[in-house]
Amino acid sequence: MTTPNVDLTGKIPNNVGLSDDVKLRRALETWLPQYLEWWNDMGPSDFADKPVFLRTAVSVDPGGWAHYDYVKMPDYRWGIFLDPNAEAASIKCGDDAGAPAWTDVPGEHRNTLRRIIVTQADTEPASVEQQRMLGHIAPSLYDLRNLFQVNVEEGRHLWAMVYLLHKYFGRDGRDEADELLMRRSGDPDKPRILGAFNQPCDHWLSFFAFTMFTDRDGKYQLAALSESGFDPLARTTQFMLTEEAHHLFVGETGLDRIIKRSAELQRQDPNGDIRNQGGIDFDLIQRTINYWFTYSLDLFGGEISSNASTFFATGLKGRYREDQYTDHRAIEGSYRVPVVEAGKMVEQEVPLRNAMNEVLRDAYVSDCERALRKWNKTLEAAGSPTRLSLPSRRFHRHQGLYADHRFDPAGNPISQGEYEANLGRWLLVPEDNAYLLSIMKPCYEPGKFANWIAPPNKGIEGRPIEFEYVRLD
Amino acid sequence: MQDVAHVSAAHPVEFEVDASAYRHWNITYDGALARVAMNVDAAAPLREGYELKLNSYDLGVDIELADIVRRMRFEHPEVRTVVLTSGNDRVFCAGANIHMLGLSTHAWKVNFCKFTNETRCEIEDATESSKQVWVAACNGTTAGGGYELAMACKEIYLQDDGNSAVSLPEVPLLGVLPGTGGLTRLVDKRKVRRDRADVFSTTAEGIRGKKAVQWNLVDAIFPRSKFDEKVLERAKAVADAASKDLAPGTRKGVVLGKLAPEVGPSGRQYRHVSLTWDDTTRTASLTVAGPSAADVRTIEQGGEAMREAGSDLWSLRAWRELDDALLHLRVNHMKVGLVTVRTTGDLATIQAHDAALVKARDHWYAREVLLHMARVLRRFDNTSRSFFAFGDAGTAFAGCLLELALASDRFYMLEQDGVQVAMSELNEGGLPMHNTLTRLQTRLLGTPDQVEALVGKREPMDAEAADDAGLVTVRLDDIDWDDDTRIAIEERSSMSPDALTGMEQNLRFPGPETPDSKIYARLSAWQNWIFIRPNATGPAGALTLYGRPERPHFDWQRV
Repeated sequence: MTTPNVDLTGKIPNNVGLSDDVKLRRALETWLPQYLEWWNDMGPSDFADKPVFLRTAVSVDPGGWAHYDYVKMPDYRWGIFLDPNAEAASIKCGDDAGAPAWTDVPGEHRNTLRRIIVTQADTEPASVEQQRMLGHIAPSLYDLRNLFQVNVEEGRHLWAMVYLLHKYFGRDGRDEADELLMRRSGDPDKPRILGAFNQPCDHWLSFFAFTMFTDRDGKYQLAALSESGFDPLARTTQFMLTEEAHHLFVGETGLDRIIKRSAELQRQDPNGDIRNQGGIDFDLIQRTINYWFTYSLDLFGGEISSNASTFFATGLKGRYREDQYTDHRAIEGSYRVPVVEAGKMVEQEVPLRNAMNEVLRDAYVSDCERALRKWNKTLEAAGSPTRLSLPSRRFHRHQGLYADHRFDPAGNPISQGEYEANLGRWLLVPEDNAYLLSIMKPCYEPGKFANWIAPPNKGIEGRPIEFEYVRLD
Repeated sequence: MQDVAHVSAAHPVEFEVDASAYRHWNITYDGALARVAMNVDAAAPLREGYELKLNSYDLGVDIELADIVRRMRFEHPEVRTVVLTSGNDRVFCAGANIHMLGLSTHAWKVNFCKFTNETRCEIEDATESSKQVWVAACNGTTAGGGYELAMACKEIYLQDDGNSAVSLPEVPLLGVLPGTGGLTRLVDKRKVRRDRADVFSTTAEGIRGKKAVQWNLVDAIFPRSKFDEKVLERAKAVADAASKDLAPGTRKGVVLGKLAPEVGPSGRQYRHVSLTWDDTTRTASLTVAGPSAADVRTIEQGGEAMREAGSDLWSLRAWRELDDALLHLRVNHMKVGLVTVRTTGDLATIQAHDAALVKARDHWYAREVLLHMARVLRRFDNTSRSFFAFGDAGTAFAGCLLELALASDRFYMLEQDGVQVAMSELNEGGLPMHNTLTRLQTRLLGTPDQVEALVGKREPMDAEAADDAGLVTVRLDDIDWDDDTRIAIEERSSMSPDALTGMEQNLRFPGPETPDSKIYARLSAWQNWIFIRPNATGPAGALTLYGRPERPHFDWQRV
């Protein structure tokens, strides 16, 4: 294959010295055309020639990381940025806490680091694939724009991870970067690595739940990796977190707007029947929460995990906001994990390091609880008696201690029969999809919103809500 | 530390299992194809203190597998391809359970590894000698002992899903070696380039997809959606190829009946075998009774008559009993260091038995009986106990039973009228050691003339003649016998058990090396040494700390 002549430095905004890095340039020259091919095949369907009001990071300066303008998605400038605050970083956790951070990959941890990076990287293109058809049924131009913003930034996050693979992992890294473009979400033969990223995301209720719950796992994983002793990984993920915040905003406010609208429709209908008004009923919203929250819990890994212990001990992955802790070695502490023994829940004390996945999951769950409280306030303000909740973290799990047992949403052990009999009450079922797709028709008129969702409180970057966020003409 | 190895006379490990109710395996038959799916019950470990997660195995899981491999050959002679796969959706097999290893004494680990090795070798023996070809359908993660199990199969198919990898993570992750012949099979059997084998064996996550095929770590990869279909296709092709030139005879299986020994506080009495032990002197006595004239008559009628006689035939039953006794001794009587071996019966009857068996050996069943006999003798060769064979009054070391004397570390023979030994066809071939030689050739490696002189010799030999022929270690008359054998036993029992094990293993296998002999030799020499080193099992060793929050600390000195 001949290498296309690509003007990389012009196309790729960066602060990693790309123009002076022959090795990195050579790797990206081969990878970029493959990436664009993947974007064309698997990125948002049918909107390639439409100008979208997008935020692009063109530099890491305060004014540069959020540059807004109309861009056609294939022309989006996927950049490579490291957080600039890098004076004399140190290893933040584990046995070597306090020692100078690694600026290059330590051989001892090379394979482990590569696996961590590949697993994180794999989620980025996966979500783009999962969401590729959603543009056709967007509830507004505002939401359509947000979808595309999320998509291009997930694409950029893939770039950020591929940068690490290309720059620090030699030939293996290049091979892994290629494979990131070959796996496909939901493909039985080439699935994405993690379960939640192979689940279908067919409608906007799932999209919002995905960006609320699954992208939020991403936030916590990135935050834990931003504590890494491998400095390039820490700085890359720190910068990714700034963009990830918007994705979480899309999810959290998206669900909030649906909840708000459903409460309005409930009030409007003489029988309080939301579906009768073409809206999304609260049972369905609760089932969606149950579904995506639990799939996202799986992403944190096993409750008692040797890998988690190793990652922490070696300083490759810290806790959420490691600086809030005083003991960064965590060799002494323990953690009580509820385990199933002879059909009953009992607490098992495990060394803290082996429970690091659970520690991170705790931070995640309390963040999700915060969002639930907010939504319930929305319900309260709208005068609705309904309250939404998070299911137990034992419910509907496919990874970890609870995967081999059955629990109800409250976390009580139940039989397989009872579980199966209630699945339709607890989780998304195919009939839900049919209903949601029946009400989700595109709404492309500036300032208009589909019947099942309330408008946002304000527009993007000071623009009004009726701004033409995507030019479809 | 709790010791899962703790066994006692009250709770011995039993090697006979209920074949109608395997706990960890599902078996289905479809004509020439059998499917053996590993589906380990995590909550059913052999000893308390660990869970068998992710299709990891302990001795209990492997005892069932050994039973499956053996029964398949006798009970399902119609099966040509055995597809070894997993009933777990994500994991083919994660290898030996690390927590079990962490809780085990050194001796338990060694016994465990040895037994699992014997099972892997038996899988290869079934493939090569019985045309019952085992293939591995790795439908998920295939790690460590899981990959070694796959390597014991003739072909390996790996699911190509971007995730499933084969790996030997022992060195980088646990600071030990793959314990069931993985390294040897990698370079000697699969002929993986040694430099690539080096990379593979130090990459904890392993290798998947096309690269696994390119490096010959697996024979084929199939996509997930077509995996079962492609494996079936391949299994049928393997079965067709294995169906050519099959040994004749009605391919109707022989059910292996229960051995059900009479178990007492100091002995196990089988129909033909007796094992007694004395914990104070740390000795055991093993006696094997020869075949009856009726057994010989049955065999003389040929393979079909043997098959119809079933598993009660001496040639199978006695050797199954001996096998069980050896395993019992190994695992449940760790402190017994010396075993005296005796035989009873009639020399001429044994010789006639062997001659008839050799004559019938074209028949598949007779062949299986012989192959089984050979395997039991190899288990004997590999048992880390001192064996002294005693040919005294009433002895019957002839033919296949003479092999027990030749397999022993020493053979004491009484000079007395009527005390004789005798050769048969089976001393000249058919019961090879792991080094491919007969026990006679191995014993007389420096004097091939003596081997030549014995070939075809059927007249019984008294102690003097046997001594001249090179078969006897110590010849004693009846005045010296009692004292000298007593002293020999006491002297042997006083020496370091470790040194004796090492010495015996070094002395028992002169002559050529084979993959099997390398596997056992390297297991004894390297793996067992590494297992006991602080870098693996010391307080800061990698195996000790696996799964714990602390990281290992190595003594960097190369030894």
